[in-house]
Amino acid sequence: MSLPTTPSQTVGPFFAIGLPWEGGPLAAAADVPGAMRIRGTVYDGAGTPVSDALVETWQADPEGRFADLHGHGGPSALAGFRGFARCGAEQGDGSFEIRTVKPGCLPGPHGARQAPHIDVSVFARGLLHRCVTRMYFADEHEANAADPVLASVPAARRETLLAAPIDGGYRFDIHLQGLKETVFFAL
Amino acid sequence: MRSVQTRLDTPRSYMREPGGAHPPLDCPPYRSSALRHPKQPLVYLPHTITEITGPRLLSELPVSEHDNDLTRQHEGEPIGERITVSGRVLDTEGRPLRDTLVEIWQANAAGRYAHRADRWPAPLDPNFSGAGRCVTGEDGRYRFTTIKPGAYPWGNSENAWRPAHIHFSLLGRAFVQRLVTQMYFPGDELLALDPIFNSVAEAKARERMLSRLSIERTQPHWALAYEFDVYLRGPQATPFEEAH
Ligand SMILES: [Fe+2]
Repeated sequence: MSLPTTPSQTVGPFFAIGLPWEGGPLAAAADVPGAMRIRGTVYDGAGTPVSDALVETWQADPEGRFADLHGHGGPSALAGFRGFARCGAEQGDGSFEIRTVKPGCLPGPHGARQAPHIDVSVFARGLLHRCVTRMYFADEHEANAADPVLASVPAARRETLLAAPIDGGYRFDIHLQGLKETVFFAL
Repeated sequence: MRSVQTRLDTPRSYMREPGGAHPPLDCPPYRSSALRHPKQPLVYLPHTITEITGPRLLSELPVSEHDNDLTRQHEGEPIGERITVSGRVLDTEGRPLRDTLVEIWQANAAGRYAHRADRWPAPLDPNFSGAGRCVTGEDGRYRFTTIKPGAYPWGNSENAWRPAHIHFSLLGRAFVQRLVTQMYFPGDELLALDPIFNSVAEAKARERMLSRLSIERTQPHWALAYEFDVYLRGPQATPFEEAH
């Protein structure tokens, strides 16, 4: 017996009442070795920043382990590492910023090896369902070239998944629509 | 803070949802979707270890006793019809998900959100913030005490009003299970006119967003009870794609 899921609905414009919290953007504490910032802006199809978006991220630690309780792999041994960040892009300019560490490589389907990546959910007014993307790192040339998920993305659009190194971390902009539309995934 | 946490036995792969299970991202009657929906086809993502694991936030986001009672977060009681909203968080195999975070937020009885960007001139209630959270118990049950939110107008068209609703956020156990939805009330005549509710094509699927009045759970001389079960996607019956 399999039942249908409860349908998704938009997060609406007022999620800030319930979802963000002070430590939300910290996937890793500031004193975790290798701590860095990832910042970006969410844009709509007109190139306008989406000032009421919510961004969530989920990732492994540098050893490729997750800070969860599931029976898959070993748990992260990195103190201060949570692997999850939630940040409302509500500064009026559509920008978000999280603090984290770079994840390690991970096992993938059929024995393949996945390049370091971060799963990203985007919620916003106007989105009836979250948009899911993956953030890869532009300076991981070798690992990216061997990544099975990146390989499944049309070559011309792969660049939209690459976070660019900047001072103190990376930059990852998200375009919901338009010429630079980010690759989103069906999962 | 809990020191010993048991590891969870969780699926290695989750079901793929059929088309129509969720609303489309492109939904012309809902005008805000016009510039915000991706136009390129979505790319198939296998369920790898990143997708079958997920955060729980139980120690990072300590949930205290009054977080699930939105009528006791201030000195006085909020104005409005006191209600309880309770139910279970289950997967699509009907298995309860215990120890999972449920977050809600809502407008006050007059239909006004305690948010600086809500400019609709209905009164704010100094005794109502409108946010709650709780963690499901052994049997997947959660429970909130709150007041029934009011309907409110919005800018989708000249005379658009949202039916009364409570926003729900669920983490589930895995990244793939993450769900944000809205709970509606039975018998609300605005439902038929609401492009967000009706963005879900099938009537049967829309019904899953409706709570039901429970006279059994209603507390005499105190609060009407509404029941709302939430179904998150469950394991794939036959694992075609093995996560590693
Ligand atoms: Fe709302």
